[in-house]
Amino acid sequence: MVEFFTQNWLGIILLTLGQCLLIVVPLLVALAFLLYADRKIWAAVQIRRGPNVVGPFGLFQSFADFLKYIVKEVVIPAGADKTVFLLAPMISFVVAIIAWAVIPFSDGWVLADINVAILYVFAISSLGVYGIIMGGWASNSKYPFLGSLRSAAQMISYEVSLGLIIIGVIISTGSMNFGAIVRAQDTGWGLLGWYWIPHFPMVFLFTISALAETNRPPFDLPEAESELVAGYQVEYSSTPFLLFMIAEYMAMVLMCTLTAILFFGGWLSPIPGLPDGVLWLVLKILIFFFIYSMVKAITPRYRYDQLMRLGWKVFLPFSLFWVVLVAFLAKYEVLGGLWARWTWGV
Amino acid sequence: MTAHAFIFYVFAVTTLAGGLMTVISRNPVHSVLWLILSFLSSAGLFVLLGAEFVAMLLVIVYVGAVAVLFLFVVMMLDVDFAELKAEMARYMPLALLIGLIIIMQLAIAFGVWHVDAGASGRIAAPITGIDNTRAIGLLLYDRYFLLFQLAGMILLVAMIGAIVLTLRHRQDVKRQDALAQMFRDPAKTLAILDVTPGQGVTAPIEGARQ
Repeated sequence: MVEFFTQNWLGIILLTLGQCLLIVVPLLVALAFLLYADRKIWAAVQIRRGPNVVGPFGLFQSFADFLKYIVKEVVIPAGADKTVFLLAPMISFVVAIIAWAVIPFSDGWVLADINVAILYVFAISSLGVYGIIMGGWASNSKYPFLGSLRSAAQMISYEVSLGLIIIGVIISTGSMNFGAIVRAQDTGWGLLGWYWIPHFPMVFLFTISALAETNRPPFDLPEAESELVAGYQVEYSSTPFLLFMIAEYMAMVLMCTLTAILFFGGWLSPIPGLPDGVLWLVLKILIFFFIYSMVKAITPRYRYDQLMRLGWKVFLPFSLFWVVLVAFLAKYEVLGGLWARWTWGV
Repeated sequence: MTAHAFIFYVFAVTTLAGGLMTVISRNPVHSVLWLILSFLSSAGLFVLLGAEFVAMLLVIVYVGAVAVLFLFVVMMLDVDFAELKAEMARYMPLALLIGLIIIMQLAIAFGVWHVDAGASGRIAAPITGIDNTRAIGLLLYDRYFLLFQLAGMILLVAMIGAIVLTLRHRQDVKRQDALAQMFRDPAKTLAILDVTPGQGVTAPIEGARQ
């Protein structure tokens, strides 16, 4: 039996397929409840009730929405480029899902344990721009086009600083593998050994850049409802729209996961002595998701020129300076090699 | 045919088909999208070679940045397709001539090509105990450090050149000073007044908007 799944090509394909489903299905189900949580938190801040009709406490609201999206008619504008119009949401969705292939959920629980995992996630998230540009262009309408241009410019700008922040973590670890990055934070001091202490300012920069990268408020200019109707999604209805929305939330959860892995020790337990495991990672993701939701609820929208200024004139120089600083701190093993974890042999 | 060979042919065919469609596609935006497909499948070929770092760089730099700029420019262009086709008919003989010359040159070059018996063994360098990200880093930043720095300088000069060409100091434009906006003191610019109906107000603060 074991031989069939490790030697036979059919067995290998079946095993991989099973592993993919094991990641994607719980992820999509979790996403339904995260969407619900997002709306509930937002409602609570504004002293509203939020979704409370479908199921107990409105828990099944997302599934009702899902059904609604599926059974509605797909409207394609007459002047639209049909192929590209339908391709765009699919690209967004697929790209958002495949990034999870390299995320380790616990020690060894990873679909593809590759050397350049961090670069892979970075490359995949840079592909996410295409879904948006193609959607906006293919709609053949002014508002979607403006929205998609804004969105693409914003995502590219913040990708630069995200990349530089990640380089600091790579220097500290000496590897681009997520497993190695988490293991480098396993120092026996619990949460004091994680990267959030040596890379402290970068935690904030990463979170803010992640918000901008995923087009979340306060940086949701691409779909600024009061100015652009709904950005690149204006002409979309039914299932294509659903795919866009799932992709957006999936990218957000991915960013929460990356924050947890890069700076907060992934699956490691915060208290020395407690067993490590996937539950810690889930807990950390939930905490960051809560923070994202709160940010959405309590911040006003940024002005576009301020957003660009923040990205290029504040975040980029600061993260570049941090890369140089971390390189020096790691090279000369300052504070016993706090920034050079490979010297500790963990 | 092994799985490796099968995947190679899938990527190779996709790369070539993407390249072909880039050239013959009528809509320039579609051309760029085909070009992106071509980039992605060549990244796949790099992965098959075991050069995963180069593959990821190809996706990040070319697909994630360069092709997005292409797409921006092409989308903004106002292209008349009928006119383009007419142009194409005019330049067809010249294009065919150039193509023919290149094919002949390639034929001359590959006609005398012979492969050394041990060459296939040297294609995949025997890299053991080191992953190729580290290997590239050691080569670039240690052995070829000076060349690497020079390449960076050339790129910097090109960038400064592009900025100088497009930089204009226009005096008739109102500019926003973000810092001045942030440090603006509400107490100096805002006032809440209790206005009795029928009577106007005079500005209580110098420079405040009414």
